[in-house]
Amino acid sequence: MPKATNADDSEPADGVQIDLMSGERMDGMATMEKIRMILDGVHDGNIVILEEGLTPDEESRLIEVTMAEISPDEFNGIEIETYPKSETRDSSLLGRIMGNDEPEAKLTVIGPANQIETLHKDETLISALVSRN
Amino acid sequence: MGLFTELKDSISRAADRLFSEQEPKRIGIYGPPNAGKTTLANRIARDWTGDAVGTESHVPHETRRARRKENVEIERDGKTVTIDIVDTPGVTTKVDYEEFTDEMNEDDAIRRSREATEGVAEAMHWLREDVDGVIYVLDSAEDPITQVNTMLIGIVESRDLPVLIFANKTDLEESSVKRIEDAFPQHTTVPLSAKEGENMDEVYGKIAEYFG
Repeated sequence: MPKATNADDSEPADGVQIDLMSGERMDGMATMEKIRMILDGVHDGNIVILEEGLTPDEESRLIEVTMAEISPDEFNGIEIETYPKSETRDSSLLGRIMGNDEPEAKLTVIGPANQIETLHKDETLISALVSRN
Repeated sequence: MGLFTELKDSISRAADRLFSEQEPKRIGIYGPPNAGKTTLANRIARDWTGDAVGTESHVPHETRRARRKENVEIERDGKTVTIDIVDTPGVTTKVDYEEFTDEMNEDDAIRRSREATEGVAEAMHWLREDVDGVIYVLDSAEDPITQVNTMLIGIVESRDLPVLIFANKTDLEESSVKRIEDAFPQHTTVPLSAKEGENMDEVYGKIAEYFG
């Protein structure tokens, strides 16, 4: 059973911190600021949940920066989950001409690879197991 | 006469530029680790050039550097299509050296994991900057709906690159091409076994059609 926070205890609470980032908070951030915020949280053992996800280009850079930070016995990388793309995504010619590269407002869950395990996912459900180690 | 010569030279220079732009397209072979990317790259290279591209292995992350095989000429329907094939390291969001310790000692496993992380970053860089088309290779015996596959296909689509999905390892009993077609219905899926050389006629036909 998880231990409740003890006000007299200076040690961190025995639990997993979850940071829920609103789309509004992410809106004004540059790509590297977003990636830094995500990876700093994950390095601390937190689970980061983004209300609106990342663009494909940001995802690609997140993978690249994650790889640069992997270190044996310290950081094995990240587990990241978003809903698979639905067939209803707007890929119209007009959208492409307008350079529409906005995130699809898809909730994204990111955590340390050694602490989060995806149990199931489909277009409407992500089920994950989070451990404390 | 001088004006005519200048005009002729100008047209000649423009034609040179035009032809220099028709360099072989660089086709990146992407996918998760152990999907059979290098086996496919070797199959294509051996069939059309006689050489191999890299070493194949059942241990993940055998390919840790992107390797380009230039000027692969594929003949289809009387036409020749020339492409460069770029065999890339398998993309993942995590690498744990302990995955390799059953196959090698700890020092080698740590070195392999370090090289693997560099290889993944390199593959992402090629995808953003240096490829003109993508062959996305999947092991048809595995569930295709993974985050890496979803993200990579999304990145390819956002860059408007032509993409073919290859459902590899159809020689395996658990293979399901339909599972891949259902996961990515917006793209053409081609079944094959790169290891056994099954369905390579259709593979080369589609490569010529999509990347020629």
